[in-house]
Amino acid sequence: MLKRLFPHPVLSIVLTLVWLALVNKVTVGNLILGGVLGVFVPMFTGPYWPRRAKVGGPFRVIEYLLIVLWDILVANVEVALIVMFKRNENIRSHWITVPLELTSPEAITVLAGTITMTPGTVSTMLAADGGSILVHCLHTDDPDEVRDTIKSRYEWRLKEIFQ
Amino acid sequence: MTVAIEALISFFLVVAGLFGLVGSFGLIKLENTIQRLHAPTKATTVGVGGVLIASMLYFLLVKGSVSFHELLITLFLFLTAPISANFIAKTYIQGNIRAHELPGTECDYGWSVYDDPPKRIEDEE
Amino acid sequence: MIEAALIFAFGCFGLGLLFNLWRIATGPDSADRILALDTMVINIIALLILYGIKQGTTIYYEASMLVAMVGFVSTVAYCRFVLRGDIIE
Repeated sequence: MLKRLFPHPVLSIVLTLVWLALVNKVTVGNLILGGVLGVFVPMFTGPYWPRRAKVGGPFRVIEYLLIVLWDILVANVEVALIVMFKRNENIRSHWITVPLELTSPEAITVLAGTITMTPGTVSTMLAADGGSILVHCLHTDDPDEVRDTIKSRYEWRLKEIFQ
Repeated sequence: MTVAIEALISFFLVVAGLFGLVGSFGLIKLENTIQRLHAPTKATTVGVGGVLIASMLYFLLVKGSVSFHELLITLFLFLTAPISANFIAKTYIQGNIRAHELPGTECDYGWSVYDDPPKRIEDEE
Repeated sequence: MIEAALIFAFGCFGLGLLFNLWRIATGPDSADRILALDTMVINIIALLILYGIKQGTTIYYEASMLVAMVGFVSTVAYCRFVLRGDIIE
């Protein structure tokens, strides 16, 4: 019964929060309206999500988000310095192939988004079977190190989250 | 106290402006298209993010009204920016780069722009 | 102090828009133009929010939200058109 009423509890909570953020005021009426949306939208869209990713460990998710935010800040300053003060001839860009151990589409999407959002690396495309990802790095002396960082810093944590 | 608040908000505004400018400057300074792709991610993350934080602080501390609207815009931008960057990269690669100029995939299939994906069992059902 | 910082930020993002316009005009490839348009949308979002701070109202968030959504969809549609020659297959 509870499973039928809330087929997707995380989506229900997110929808309610997004509704509250959209109206930008927390009142009882808005909370009820957001709750109604949060109950009915997952109920009607449930059949369209047959295979669903399992997300485990809320603390792991928060830890991952904080690490990514910190990396975005640090990498931003590094890339800004490269763009402003490095001559174009001295910028050495590399294509890097990162073989993936992740298999679920959701995890690969999150990894690709993370790689793009941390400035200095852009994920450009996947292999046809999703077995590896092509990353372009703006400036590095050691492409292997970038690949190892991506694998140890992000992919390992994502594997823990989406297992 | 008010001086400290004003200094904090001004700091966020100035940092955001600088990073936004560097992002757009990178767009005209860097040499090839795929390098230029790196520049706007900065403008998106720290540029717009800084402006939104400044705006939240301003309405919270100066105007005295709670506003968490801005988080939604940040969330939306963080979700969509990688997708559009990925699309632009694919557009560029399809038109300008041949398969042999890229490193290999280290797995059985080639890159998705050049190769068809393997048939999945679920698709045929 | 906030006034001065606001004017500085307006100047930065405005100059950024001019740079983007330069890239749209000269960009050798259509991917460059799409990228410049996408960056332009981001700069415009920042400018709208700055204007909201300057006016002291929160009305402009709806506008910047809509600009963000329309900008994303138009970037994707443009890329898809260049990639496949069709937007909705």
